[in-house]
Amino acid sequence: MSGIAMPQPDAGILARAPQIVAALRAVLPEDAVIWDPEETRAYECDALTAYRCPPLAVVLPRTTEEVAAAMRICHELRVPVVPRGAGTSLAGGALPTADSVIIATLRLREVLEIDTANRFIRVQTGVTNLSVSAELEPHGFFYAPDPSSQLACTIAGNIAMNSGGAHCLKYGVTTNNLMGATVVLPTGEVVELGGPEMGPTGLDLMGLLCGSEGQLGIVTEATLRILPRPEGARPVLIGFDGAEVAGECVARIIRSGVLPVAIEYMDDVCLRAVEAFAHAGYPDCAAVLIVEVEGSPAEIDHQIARIREIADALNPVEFRESRNADEAMAIWKGRKSAFGAMGRLGDYICLDGTVPVGQLPHTLKMIGELSRQHGLEVANVFHAGDGNMHPLILFNANKPGDLERAEAFGSDILRLCVDVGGCLTGEHGVGIEKRDLMGKQYDGPDLAIQMAVKDVFDPRWLLNPAKVFPLDASQPWREEATAR
Amino acid sequence: MIPETPSRAGLTPASEAELGALIAERFAARQPLRIAGGGTRVETGHLPGDTLSTAAISGVVTYEPGEMTLIARAGTPLDQIEAMLATEGQALAFEPADMRGVLGRNGTPTIGGVVAANASGPRRLLAGACRDHLLGLRFVDGQGRVLKNGGRVMKNVTGLDLGKLLCGAHGTLGVLTEVALKTLPHLPDRCTLGFHGVTVEEAVAIFSAALATPFEVSGAAFRDGTAWLRVEGLGPQMDYRRDRLLGLLAPREAELLDAEATLALWRELRDLAHFAGSDAPLWRVLVKPSDAPATARALQALGGEASLDWGGGLVWYCGPGGAQAVRQVAAHATLVRRGGLAGPAFPAEAPAVARLSAGLRQRFDPAGILNPGLMDQ
Repeated sequence: MSGIAMPQPDAGILARAPQIVAALRAVLPEDAVIWDPEETRAYECDALTAYRCPPLAVVLPRTTEEVAAAMRICHELRVPVVPRGAGTSLAGGALPTADSVIIATLRLREVLEIDTANRFIRVQTGVTNLSVSAELEPHGFFYAPDPSSQLACTIAGNIAMNSGGAHCLKYGVTTNNLMGATVVLPTGEVVELGGPEMGPTGLDLMGLLCGSEGQLGIVTEATLRILPRPEGARPVLIGFDGAEVAGECVARIIRSGVLPVAIEYMDDVCLRAVEAFAHAGYPDCAAVLIVEVEGSPAEIDHQIARIREIADALNPVEFRESRNADEAMAIWKGRKSAFGAMGRLGDYICLDGTVPVGQLPHTLKMIGELSRQHGLEVANVFHAGDGNMHPLILFNANKPGDLERAEAFGSDILRLCVDVGGCLTGEHGVGIEKRDLMGKQYDGPDLAIQMAVKDVFDPRWLLNPAKVFPLDASQPWREEATAR
Repeated sequence: MIPETPSRAGLTPASEAELGALIAERFAARQPLRIAGGGTRVETGHLPGDTLSTAAISGVVTYEPGEMTLIARAGTPLDQIEAMLATEGQALAFEPADMRGVLGRNGTPTIGGVVAANASGPRRLLAGACRDHLLGLRFVDGQGRVLKNGGRVMKNVTGLDLGKLLCGAHGTLGVLTEVALKTLPHLPDRCTLGFHGVTVEEAVAIFSAALATPFEVSGAAFRDGTAWLRVEGLGPQMDYRRDRLLGLLAPREAELLDAEATLALWRELRDLAHFAGSDAPLWRVLVKPSDAPATARALQALGGEASLDWGGGLVWYCGPGGAQAVRQVAAHATLVRRGGLAGPAFPAEAPAVARLSAGLRQRFDPAGILNPGLMDQ
């Protein structure tokens, strides 16, 4: 275990475990409640694997009603609830506490409605992100947000974390593609927010729910905006001999009016790792951009010509166009294997700060200096078009103290992101990982109003405990909540 | 037009700090305030209290075209911002309407007013609403506390997204002082296809066909028997998209409008020029596009006219129908221009949603002094 503190489990709840499980079993199907420690252990962590704790029990409902029934019991018995999608959070968003019941959405698997005339799909939220687009493919449509865990991650988790992806430069993140949500509140009450209409007419509670990291409710069904598939897409690869000039190229492309669907950035550390691992044939240089544009073949040619014009003025080391699907795949191959390639170099933690695009060169330089100070190597691979950085800090998990050093380095990078006008997290969420840094981004009153919002939805503060809000800041709220 | 109450004071604090102090005073005294930017978007004449305008909290803080980011104080005139963005070939992609014609006002629309109303015009169909372009904000809550949320970067999931709540809250949760917005390239080439002599059913069918293509139709509106589609692009992109759409919708014949005529037409459609200069009640109804024809016909049966935007997702109804009759057809109708009608402008919410909304209002504005009676009922 490492530096992020979790509260002591409530001994009273632990002592009542058999009664709590019995109460859940009384209202749920036999196989929907897991209590056996052998089985609950599978839920002890998410993708932030340095932190683990088996929950008291796990509930696997199949319907909104079952989620509501479980929530009602937990509310009545004052048991904390940890919502969980596929457990792919990199921020510890689904980390249990020993006194909590996990309510997982992974059996909520039904596609409820596909309506291409009105351009939406309605699903239960346990479906995976990728399967939504797969469902839509025969209709010529797709669902835009594409987090890199899309094979595994669920729509419930995407909504809770407001997930992004490589293509959000053009299509936006989850909140921009979510039209409606069926939400189970902590009391067990079910509310419908939004729908297939382009609302809202009152306060945008659905917008508030999206990205609330399971602090306000569990979304069991969602209406998602769907888009017609583009005719085609093609990437180009541009190599530069400096981070600064690569950053300048990003800004000039954006300014030119060409709006690529993705602009990805890889630095030299990442490029060398990727080359050794995937042999993608990338140039050996300081920075590579992969820029993808969409449209008909002629439209793509026109946009690529504009990008070439912009890049040429900045003396690139290489400008590689893909002329066919194989060449396109070759360009993406290295980027897509980047995380795997980095994993071969050792353990790493993946950060997620965002900075203003104009601050990219400066931020990269400062990260290099921090890397020397902390004595740990860092690689940069990220979505450059929107300034969402993913520095990967390399460390050795078997070396005592190394994880702590990596975490300290990571905290310094995130503070740097805030200092240059950015934020702590662009798409992974706060979870426990960035919880104690929230004070860097928000002053006391800014955090207090967010906690006041949680108070309205979750008056007993039972949902997803010890996440998002620093424990010292939330303590008075939690204490007051126990009296309710 | 609704007459101003003569005894109302007009308050125009010159800074965020001044605004904070002023609201703190009103909070202590439990005195209501009518919140406005330029006072051009929402009818608040029936609400109690002095008028508080953010018009003097004005000025662009930062504009970074290469980052597609704009930060401006709430009172900054919208036309000043639009002119500045145009010099860089950019725009607010959600195309906020100018409601002065429809509401018979002559104030100056502000960027804060746009955000407070989540004002989103025809391009919402493609680009999303104002709330989708809001990156961060600063505001003063009902106790006079200066607060912030979000930031200036395009991807940000740090904490709860209060921007979504404030955007479209019409000042009832807090008074905006500064907003950060995403700007987008304004594609230089554009044209419009006009399909004349079509029914409302045919119009929605045309929209659905066009919007199922990847040709990024950026406007789909219907009025007076004509369905209009706006096509944009970069260089040869627009010609290609136009020709493909014409092919798809053949044998229907379309009138073609050039770039200049397109600009003028969509400005009129955006600003509801066809419903300006009238005193009749004007309603805004959000529907599933395929429900638009039936809704429009049922509303027209009450007398008056209906038009469509957002590919049928938005029905405007201007006519003498009473509030109860209109809401019987469209439960979620919002009354934009009262035209003498009494009662709430916003539709009733489901009890659980109303309770959450009321709970939020109570936390942001515990004394109920910010536009009380506007959105709550």
